[in-house]
Amino acid sequence: MKADLKVPRNRSVLRLAGAAAPILLVLILIPGFVETYQVQLLIYGLIAAIAALGFNLLLGYTGLLSFGHSAYFGIGAYAVAFVVQYLGPHSMEFYILIGIPVVAIVSALFGYICVRHTQIFFGILTLAISQVVYSLALKLYWETGGSDGLRVPRPALLLGLLSFSGPRGFQQFITSYYYYVLAVFVVCVVLMWVIVHSPFGKTLQAIRDNEVRARFLGIRIRRFRWIAFLVSGTFTGLAGILWVPLNGLTTPDVLYWTFSGEIVFTALLGGFRNFTGPIVGGLVFTYLKTYAIATTEYWQLLLGVVLVTLVLVLPTGIVGAISKLGRRLTKGKT
Amino acid sequence: MILLKTVNLRKQFGETRACDGLDFVVHKGEFLSLVGSNGAGKTTLVNLISAHLQPDSGQILLEDRDITHMSVADRIKAGIARSFQIVNLFDGLSVFDNVALSIFSREGKTARMAALADHDYDVRQEALEVLDEFGLSGKAEALAGGLAQGERKLLDVAVAYALRPRLIFLDEPTSGVSTHDKAQIMDTVSSVVRGGRVTAVVIEHDMDVVFRYSDRIVMMHEGAFLADGTPDEIRANKDVASILLGAPLAS
Repeated sequence: MKADLKVPRNRSVLRLAGAAAPILLVLILIPGFVETYQVQLLIYGLIAAIAALGFNLLLGYTGLLSFGHSAYFGIGAYAVAFVVQYLGPHSMEFYILIGIPVVAIVSALFGYICVRHTQIFFGILTLAISQVVYSLALKLYWETGGSDGLRVPRPALLLGLLSFSGPRGFQQFITSYYYYVLAVFVVCVVLMWVIVHSPFGKTLQAIRDNEVRARFLGIRIRRFRWIAFLVSGTFTGLAGILWVPLNGLTTPDVLYWTFSGEIVFTALLGGFRNFTGPIVGGLVFTYLKTYAIATTEYWQLLLGVVLVTLVLVLPTGIVGAISKLGRRLTKGKT
Repeated sequence: MILLKTVNLRKQFGETRACDGLDFVVHKGEFLSLVGSNGAGKTTLVNLISAHLQPDSGQILLEDRDITHMSVADRIKAGIARSFQIVNLFDGLSVFDNVALSIFSREGKTARMAALADHDYDVRQEALEVLDEFGLSGKAEALAGGLAQGERKLLDVAVAYALRPRLIFLDEPTSGVSTHDKAQIMDTVSSVVRGGRVTAVVIEHDMDVVFRYSDRIVMMHEGAFLADGTPDEIRANKDVASILLGAPLAS
């Protein structure tokens, strides 16, 4: 059957909108039904989802596995902490306004070095660079606070319209910040969705699938990988910017390689070969880690078992497995 | 009129002279076949012209413009495209996207991030027209990785053709397909390429295909040209017959 020229292929847009609307409604209503702690966890989950969404532009769409995305998350967090230290506490918009260009510049710089290589060499380079940043954060303690880190107080939201103090300040902040992060999350999802469905996104997927052929279409491979790195680092950095006021403190732990491992874990958990996988992975991982820590002192062992099981049994992640199951059921019906 | 010319083009791999001072000429509008046994240097010659390899010495001229040291991207802009001996597609993308990407690249639109690829009406229309020409419009939404071998071969050529080159190199477009599919593929490729007034250089082993579709045939042997002529001239050439039958050369 010949495709209709006049009708753009809107199915994926409609599918996304159809699936997203009820989920968004649930996310909007949820703070009214759960405790503050659960709302707080959900914010962490949304932030992890933004970080994973950025990370997956490199892994899922460009075919580059970064072991150093903690650097961009951490630089986002430290950028906010430095703003607080040198310019005083401000509104969240101010943090984002300063933080995003900082993360973008650092991502562009590190990306320029890393994308000169691929496969294991790329992975090792990203890891090495993130460890350099970690060491700097640890050793330059007179600026960074060393292992004690830097404190970030609760910022005002919406250009100072919402500020939080007094005995109920924390609860009010969590509820307001939840909607704030949710709005940023929605913007990030839409932006990333447009990027991966744009000619740029298709080009990245072409490079991922077949670098030689992409080169013989006249595509300048390194330039595209570099831009993908920049966008990816900036999204993950934005997650760091959003994370630090919620956490109240940033330490070198968020720059350490194990945190990069958590971002990789997140993408694997949800499934890196589909758009929604990292989002689901971010949310599930946050709850998994939190409850694993609360349940047992051997929580790392528990996460390790989950990871091994995941790789062996569900290599396409949670979303990949659900899609597969859905396809099987649909086939069974027809 | 000469479209492409190589001057004393050399490429050596260790002791093996893959291209031994080749003066290769391609005329505008012709359908030329490059034949020869395995290791004769055909693919190396195409790799040198398409910038997949750099020559040790010599020149490559496209309409008298020296392109010897141009990058792949610049040669594509100059009008040279190629397909590959082993099918080279974007298997995770749809058939439509494979062709659309060529058009996006040609139009300089690949860096666009703020618009949906599917919503570019001009590219969409052209991609579907190209797929139609290659008989693949019915498979537009299918994943390239899921196509049958014959369809994959056609798509491989369609991806190169969508760059709208002036000169297209097709490296064994019928290898690994049935005799029936071979004829179908070559009928389609020949008709599209000639219809689009694209000059084509085809590397091919099947001499029935070569004699049937070519305007001119160039035979290579051990990195050098052994014969050059029309299908009838090549048919009558004893050296060519010797090579094809594995016998010693007459001259």
